[in-house]
Amino acid sequence: MKDLALRALDTVARRGVQYADVRAIESREREVATKNGKPAHVSTSESAGIGIRALVNGCWGFAATDDLTPAGIDSAAALALEIAASGSRAPSRIELAPEEAYRAEWVSPAAIDPFSIPIDRNLATLLAVDRELRRNPAISLAEASMHFDRRRQIFVSTLGSVIDQTRTTSGAGYSALCYREGEIQKRSYPNSFGGQYQLKGYELVDELRLLEHAPRIAEEAVALHSADQCPEGEFDLILDSSQLGLQIHESIGHPIELDRVLGSEANYAGMSFLTLDQLNHLRYGSPMVNVVCDARFEHGPGLGTFAFDDEGVPAQSVPIVSGGLFTGYMTSRETARAVGGARSNGCMRAEGWSRLPLIRMTNVSLLPGAQSLEDVFDTPRGIYMETNRSWSIDDKRYNFQFGCEIAWEIRAGNRVRMLKNPSYSGISTEFWNACEAIAGREHWTLWGVPNCGKGQPEQVMGTGHGASPARFRKIKVGGAYAG
Amino acid sequence: MPDNAALFEQIVDAARARGVSEIEAIIAGEEQALTRFANNVIHQNVAERTIHISVRPLIEGRTARASTNRTDPASIRAVVEEAIAVTRLTEPDPELLPLTVPAAVAPVDRHFEATARSTPDGRARAVAEAIDVVRGHGQTAAGIYSTGESALSLFNSRGVALDHRETMARFSITAMDRDSSGWAKASACDARAIAPRELALRAAEKAARSRAPREIAPGRYTVILEPAAVLDLAGQMAMDFSATALRDGRSFLNDRLGTKLFGDNISVYDDARHNGQSGAPFDAEGVPRRRLTLVERGVVREVACCRHAAALDSVEPTGHGFPLPNETGEAPMNIVFSGGETPLEDMIATTARGILVTRLWYIREVDPYEKIFTGMTRDGTFLIEDGRVACGLLNFRFNQSLIEMLSGVEELSPAVRASGEETFDMVVPAMKVRDFNFTEVTRF
Repeated sequence: MKDLALRALDTVARRGVQYADVRAIESREREVATKNGKPAHVSTSESAGIGIRALVNGCWGFAATDDLTPAGIDSAAALALEIAASGSRAPSRIELAPEEAYRAEWVSPAAIDPFSIPIDRNLATLLAVDRELRRNPAISLAEASMHFDRRRQIFVSTLGSVIDQTRTTSGAGYSALCYREGEIQKRSYPNSFGGQYQLKGYELVDELRLLEHAPRIAEEAVALHSADQCPEGEFDLILDSSQLGLQIHESIGHPIELDRVLGSEANYAGMSFLTLDQLNHLRYGSPMVNVVCDARFEHGPGLGTFAFDDEGVPAQSVPIVSGGLFTGYMTSRETARAVGGARSNGCMRAEGWSRLPLIRMTNVSLLPGAQSLEDVFDTPRGIYMETNRSWSIDDKRYNFQFGCEIAWEIRAGNRVRMLKNPSYSGISTEFWNACEAIAGREHWTLWGVPNCGKGQPEQVMGTGHGASPARFRKIKVGGAYAG
Repeated sequence: MPDNAALFEQIVDAARARGVSEIEAIIAGEEQALTRFANNVIHQNVAERTIHISVRPLIEGRTARASTNRTDPASIRAVVEEAIAVTRLTEPDPELLPLTVPAAVAPVDRHFEATARSTPDGRARAVAEAIDVVRGHGQTAAGIYSTGESALSLFNSRGVALDHRETMARFSITAMDRDSSGWAKASACDARAIAPRELALRAAEKAARSRAPREIAPGRYTVILEPAAVLDLAGQMAMDFSATALRDGRSFLNDRLGTKLFGDNISVYDDARHNGQSGAPFDAEGVPRRRLTLVERGVVREVACCRHAAALDSVEPTGHGFPLPNETGEAPMNIVFSGGETPLEDMIATTARGILVTRLWYIREVDPYEKIFTGMTRDGTFLIEDGRVACGLLNFRFNQSLIEMLSGVEELSPAVRASGEETFDMVVPAMKVRDFNFTEVTRF
């Protein structure tokens, strides 16, 4: 693949470009799922292709192909240049922030190669969970799944970079659904969207202890039918770390994408309330709120962990919210200068070889607080919500509403009753300024969101979000069922 | 595009060499290009060529799928060997059906050479003209113009050999004024049916008319939903019109089949051959897509049925199955609403006080059985007073039951092919709906 990448780069470079890069990618995936005691989706796939990005007279052209013959690569290179030339009809005059050339090789750690585990063992694990879920006769639908992905990318650029990266990710989880008398309730473990995903090997599946939690999940799905409806009003709200991970994703992660702020996504994903004048001025959250965008392995094995981004910039840790103050955007080589950056902070990522890199979340995480879990729950009257069920936020990432699978009313720090159909809503900055307790490192989890969509054509990618349970003062609850 | 029949011959040969005679293959090739613009310039400009070969053997009651995008003989042999190895490791399924036998499928003509031959310069020229229209209104434009062609083939060792070729063009534009925005979008198999300048003008006029948007309190309002807003909401129920979803207990139609769930003026069909539709006339197992009456004058009549679900219910499959093996079974993907006769302008003219909605955004399910959805309005929300558009409004969040909405439709326009961002393209009317539930207002 390296030779192919270099051939493609030579082809465009010889035609005269300001800059060009090529990503040659080989990937392998496995998906194994079960449903109600039987195998469901069982598949493997492999893919190889090349994406060529060329900057000519300030305009980008990008062409991708899986025809890896010399003629196929030459044809894609010519198309990338033709596309770049067409940009002169409405030219953009792009200039890139400087970057060094790197020669590097990086392989993400995987203690157990997931592809070394036979598929019948995957199925046996999932079917054991399925049996445990359906031991409860009220469960009408039990679904369990695993997903494994390995991707090797050779990045070469006209700066002279040659970067060889291999990332292995794993994911697993399950859900139990109970339909009864005109009501559907569902519980998922360890998270919705198929469970937990990390930059790990098969060891993740072992760490999740899937079977151990199955009886509780089935029981809760059934018990929700007889639980009280979540009340409507203002309450102290406590979120589990998985829901807080998605809250970070939607109300901090997306608004800090600088391409969105500058209008690149206006037609589709939208823009951002974080206009450039807010940097280093906006009180994004309460003083205990510290958020970083961190792609380094030191941050943890997240879906946004890598050594170099997809335009050859090293992984970095960027302070986003520091003591409650808004201090940083995610940038690229094209956008860094718009906020006075001398260089990109390394957030350009592409779904695969066939797509252009865009500014994407790496691992956008709320750093752990100083409180104990007991401190977080220490409220006279509050509501604790767990596991996302629905999520929606406006196109400037300001007004949000989330629903969760389950909640409990909290009185004097104790769970007193289960609540069904919980939801909460608010304004991004008001919500984070209402943060009054964050649990410590021992309760912090780096969650994987596998299904983040952005761009046209749309790219669906994985992002990481670390969080520990936290409490927020006087949040509007129950609005989803109001009116 | 490669010779798909020849590729399938290689697949069959490779399977036979491994002692496997029952095998299915889906071969999908695409060439797609997209010119993207923002801030009145072209900023992302891409093209991709892809092929996807996926094979599924059946071995002693077991099945699984393996895929590749490599077409050389060694890779074809490798993907067949992988599929066979994986299949042999799966658990047997006593309900697994044999491969489909051939059935007559009349082709639909959805491939237009002019669209397939679109060039980067042709798209750039159309984009530049659209930008000029928006710039002429003192606004900035963002959007996309995409063109492409796809070829889908489905083969199996029992003699099924089906092909479908299609072209598709999409143009979408957002015009942004100082404190407002407007949006328009269209898609068609034939790019000549799309008028970028007209769409740009529509978006620019919406943005101009919604300048200095007013804030009004959330609550229940008479709402006129333009077709794109209807489709993005109504499309959210497609997956529920599924026999497998009913069996799983995940459909809101459980215990509601045959009941009157919506208003008399709501009739909905699934019709892959409708001239406003796109896609292949057969499903992922090679069953011809049958026209379904999903809702007739408010009564839920039929649901889609894959071969497996049909066998369990002792009925005929409808031709809406997804590639096997899968969890979800089937769904209607060519939705056509019957529509009405009231033009949008007449709906506005007969509304004393209401809200006109161009587009919805970030729609997610709040309650799976009552079919409550939340989301936001976006890019052109207007107050209607005394039969005319009075001003733009700050955007709302809604929490609305689809059942309630489709029971409260007062008027419908003729149905048209509409395109949004939250679900697939459909043929839908504009709708005037009473008591639409806005629960919050945002600050722009």
